[in-house]
Amino acid sequence: MSDETLKTTPLNAAHIAAGARMVPFAGYSMPVQYRDGVLKEHLWTRENAGLFDVSHMGQARLRGVSPLSAFEEITPGDFIGLKPGKQRYSVLLNKKGGIIDDLMAARPDDDGLFVVVNGACKDNDFKVIDNELAGQVRIDRLEDRALIALQGPKAAEVLAEHAPQAARMVFMDSASFEAFGTDVIVSRSGYTGEDGYELSVPAAEAERVWNLLCADERVRPIGLGARDSLRLEAGLPLYGHDVDETVSPIEADLGFAVSKKRRDARDFPGATRIAKELAEGVSRKRVGLTVLEGAPAREGAEIADEAGNVVGVVTSGGFSPSLGKPIAMGFVPPALAAAGTKLKVIVRGKPQAAEVTAMPFVPHRYIRKL
Amino acid sequence: MRFTKDHEWVVLEGDVATIGITAYAADQLGDVVFVETPEAGKTVKAGDGLAVVESVKAASDVYAPISGQVVEGNAALGDAPETVNDQPEKAGWFAKIKIADKAEYEALMDRAAYEDFLGTL
Repeated sequence: MSDETLKTTPLNAAHIAAGARMVPFAGYSMPVQYRDGVLKEHLWTRENAGLFDVSHMGQARLRGVSPLSAFEEITPGDFIGLKPGKQRYSVLLNKKGGIIDDLMAARPDDDGLFVVVNGACKDNDFKVIDNELAGQVRIDRLEDRALIALQGPKAAEVLAEHAPQAARMVFMDSASFEAFGTDVIVSRSGYTGEDGYELSVPAAEAERVWNLLCADERVRPIGLGARDSLRLEAGLPLYGHDVDETVSPIEADLGFAVSKKRRDARDFPGATRIAKELAEGVSRKRVGLTVLEGAPAREGAEIADEAGNVVGVVTSGGFSPSLGKPIAMGFVPPALAAAGTKLKVIVRGKPQAAEVTAMPFVPHRYIRKL
Repeated sequence: MRFTKDHEWVVLEGDVATIGITAYAADQLGDVVFVETPEAGKTVKAGDGLAVVESVKAASDVYAPISGQVVEGNAALGDAPETVNDQPEKAGWFAKIKIADKAEYEALMDRAAYEDFLGTL
């Protein structure tokens, strides 16, 4: 895709002013890093607070007579049981139980369901939702809103100065209220493994909100490069890499997204496959790997057993700035999925020692109660 | 010192060329976290992969700017890959090659030409 056809987010000017290196991502020109570089940005987020522009992601409201029960027709989550003020992680499933996308869905207020999906998938996702739930819900895409994530151990104290209500939220709470002199939809969540928030703000207010937060000495802007290394350390899958339309939530180790009630009811797309996988096991499973020697193993690197037989593939990997060594995620047969299992990763033709490692690689620091 | 459009530099002493990546390339890569340098004895042609340099985000090939036989890879980068960022055009060298044809060296850009080239990027 040529630069001319790339979209920009409402924060484009702020990125350029901050010295960002812009790259094409999900059809947008996005900051991959700022002047500090990926390593420092990553560590800053783990120790202080990082500010991320995630406005490329798709935001929408699902409105209708009963959007919660309708949403259960295309996801395996318990959305009828989703209480006001709560958010849930879920997946859109195809008829074969493969993951069309992963998403967050929340009830910040009484205005239907607020949904956030991946940027690269959003057009298809909203078309699928529209097709499958035609006549039941209306999708209103929130193209006029930006999405900003504030992540890290100092995120809460920073945001509390602008939005005292946010301090009363816990992990996966969602709310809408007035802050920064505008209306915001806030969730206490993110994709770094740290405590933090995601703030949906009107596009016209986004740069002002961003600059206010950036003016705080505890906050620095963080690019997509560090966002990727942070989520990898947190053991969180990246759609299109670790997860795609062929992968089921059980294979992806996202079984928690298939609620107990829905498992019993088997009333979601691909329920037959998923019930079978739960009963009989899967043929491949997403695991974490620590690379014990040599180069980082990246997406596409083969995984072999100790005898040298290829048993799987790395779906994302890189250098862990927090741990100072290479880590990866990939798929292997369940017999080789236990933590501590010795494997090899093949990098540029050379087998390197690796070991299955429980995820997250770096402990989550979510605030689950106040 | 001579340069390539792939942002390698070459210093020739006698018939041994020392090869690294330029400050511009090191800055573009960002924080280098792993370097794979060639074994002594390996024969390379100009344009062949000579070394691999990895940042947090990605792996990049370093190409031989000149043909010859590897005399030495910079083993010190194994423990201190960050040297590539700190001193790209000095201690952060990748390999020394005994060159086959000095004309290949003469054909590379000098610093003024390389800086003009950077101005076009």
